[in-house]
Amino acid sequence: MATTYRTCPRTGLQFDLDADKLMRWNAVAGVLWLLVGGITALLVILTRWPAIKLLPADQFYLILTAHGIDMLILWIIFFEMAVLYFASSTLLRCRIATPWLGWVQFWLMVVGGIMTNVAIFQGESSVMFTSYVPMQAAPHFYLGIILFAVGALIGSGVFFGTLVVAKREKTYTGSLPLVTFGALTAAIIAVFTIASGAAILIPTFFWSMGWIKEIDAQLYRMVWWALGHSSQQINVAAHVSIWYLVAAVAFGAKPLSEKVSRFAFLLYILFLQLASAHHLLSDPGMSAEWKVLNTSYFMYFAVLASMIHGFTVPGAIEAAQRKKGFNNGLFEWLRKAPWGNPMFSGMFISLVGFGFIGGISGVVLGTEQINMLMHNTFYVPGHFHATVVVGTTLAFMSITYLLVPTLFKREMIFPKLCQIQPYLYGLSMIVLSLVMMGAGTLGVSRRHWDMAFSGAPFQYEWPGAAYLMMGLTGIFGVIAVIGGGLWILLVVGSLLFGKKLDGGPTSDKTVPIPDQSAAAAASGTGSAEHTNVPGTVVLAITLLVCFVLYYFVNWKYLSEVWGLS
Amino acid sequence: MSAILPPAERLWWKQPIAGQEWAWIGIAFVWAMIMFVMMVYWHINGKQNLSNEVYKTTTEMFTAKTEAFVKENTIRTETDQKIPVVKPNAKGEAFLLARLWSWYPILELEAGKTYKIHLSAVDYNHGFSLQPTNINIQVIPGYEHVVKMTPTKAGTYAIVCNEYCGIGHHTMLGRIYVK
Repeated sequence: MATTYRTCPRTGLQFDLDADKLMRWNAVAGVLWLLVGGITALLVILTRWPAIKLLPADQFYLILTAHGIDMLILWIIFFEMAVLYFASSTLLRCRIATPWLGWVQFWLMVVGGIMTNVAIFQGESSVMFTSYVPMQAAPHFYLGIILFAVGALIGSGVFFGTLVVAKREKTYTGSLPLVTFGALTAAIIAVFTIASGAAILIPTFFWSMGWIKEIDAQLYRMVWWALGHSSQQINVAAHVSIWYLVAAVAFGAKPLSEKVSRFAFLLYILFLQLASAHHLLSDPGMSAEWKVLNTSYFMYFAVLASMIHGFTVPGAIEAAQRKKGFNNGLFEWLRKAPWGNPMFSGMFISLVGFGFIGGISGVVLGTEQINMLMHNTFYVPGHFHATVVVGTTLAFMSITYLLVPTLFKREMIFPKLCQIQPYLYGLSMIVLSLVMMGAGTLGVSRRHWDMAFSGAPFQYEWPGAAYLMMGLTGIFGVIAVIGGGLWILLVVGSLLFGKKLDGGPTSDKTVPIPDQSAAAAASGTGSAEHTNVPGTVVLAITLLVCFVLYYFVNWKYLSEVWGLS
Repeated sequence: MSAILPPAERLWWKQPIAGQEWAWIGIAFVWAMIMFVMMVYWHINGKQNLSNEVYKTTTEMFTAKTEAFVKENTIRTETDQKIPVVKPNAKGEAFLLARLWSWYPILELEAGKTYKIHLSAVDYNHGFSLQPTNINIQVIPGYEHVVKMTPTKAGTYAIVCNEYCGIGHHTMLGRIYVK
């Protein structure tokens, strides 16, 4: 079977044409699901905005279910498949293993995704993303997710196979590049995630068919979260890899220490999936010892890993910038960074937003006792919009500004709008997360149609500040939807109407990496020469101070509620 | 041998780790340990810890227990639906049942007194969200969770359901009086 490679003349990246096509189709499928997810986001926002309250209750819960599934699973995992193929076949400059299985992955995920959406929009499956039993959805709701997951598992298999091919055919020397290593951790976590998903969704599917009588509600929550949370850890590993990739491509940056960065990825594999337990901190079925063990020992090692990446990614950029001579003061390296390049600005907003907002709120939320202040409140979606949207989605958006020219061979249209987009989307999403958390701190529930409780036997009046926060959620939510919509328009517009670019020479053999290219930076290994990174140290200490203050403020809040024992 | 190779191709695992990076790893590790100790410390000295007392139950069993509790201790009824207001006896045992879409019954408690509140759901998952004090506990069918609560201030409290439980979810509002 002949393989044809194309070498991008702008970046030096080399694409196996089979992998090239798979990446493009997966990325486009992801974008289309993001479109569906974005439309549902707008409807959710406009309903939770108390002054507007657009949809009736039944439609709201239907749309909210679709929003969760389409964003958290379909958009992100389709895009991740493209990332996996890129990190293996493209960065290792080798042919992709079994491209036909790649197509099995793609079509299973397409069929599964559509099947689940059909179930949701038929109206009998408004069970939310989490589908807690004993609330039951239509059988094809579960079946669709199962097919989708099998597809993703096959995609991970193709990725592993491609690593083997590269090793055997010696297309690279030494170790895997760091970005590929990060993608490898994502794929390993994906396998664990999908196994957990199978363990719970297959019985649930049987139950919906009437073949199993009962599923324990607590057991479901425990196993489901090994799917639900771990799938977000795939995202973390993937978007941290993309941070390193952007740092390499935009600055030629090398990690401060390969050893440390790789070790941090390893910690993700060892501990992140077990952190799923923090969804169960206010549940009856687990003991306090179990909760403390799982949130501290397991989760904090994963948190440690994220704190390490949070230091080494900006540290790598600082080291690279200082080497280029941006040495004045603490922050010249940052001031003189290419803020007009949406690939960089998006990535940096993703990094800061994920660390400061998503990271800190996540750890506080994941503290055993403090969880009781926030469990199932609007704080929770506030937190994960900072991690999954600002962190993952924005990182994926930023890398697209590289992929459109190099992979799709099109120039981005409206470069000025491209420059604005990461700021519009990223900053509004950060504010959105903050006001959502604000509302949650005041007690407002998530997944709730009417904070005025119309039709209830009594009344409860939320504090005025809660209404203010929900109004701000509406405003910044709409701005964020505009920012996301702008990205979809720019990307789809560029794919259709962007200036066609030269795809570069093709060859039937893998060619050496051109020196001084983006490809050389992304595929190389080795640590930066040890430059001091005082600016990064200041950023990291700032993060720590915010973290410590906010953490103890919440203990103070907790000490003021009713006594519980 | 690594000396003859350009720096990029040196063996990465033999390169030393910079002092600043080590320092950050150390700080982050210590912080993680402090956060761990805080949870344990709060179990020893804190006054807000979620109870570990849980029993397996069934819809029938828990409904029967709640009905017995209501029958014995009702002091009045409220609203058109004649929802019983129940004042737990001197032992302070109380039952609170979550169902589509109500919290049953209304409880009347005294500030400063400690109650053992038996919480369970008889159909779907529900969420016990006590407002405005803001305590949130997951309520799961099949599990009877005995939570010791000590109200601190007199007032009328709302129990919002904050776990999605279907179309009437937003009407599921309960009440606790604290005298």
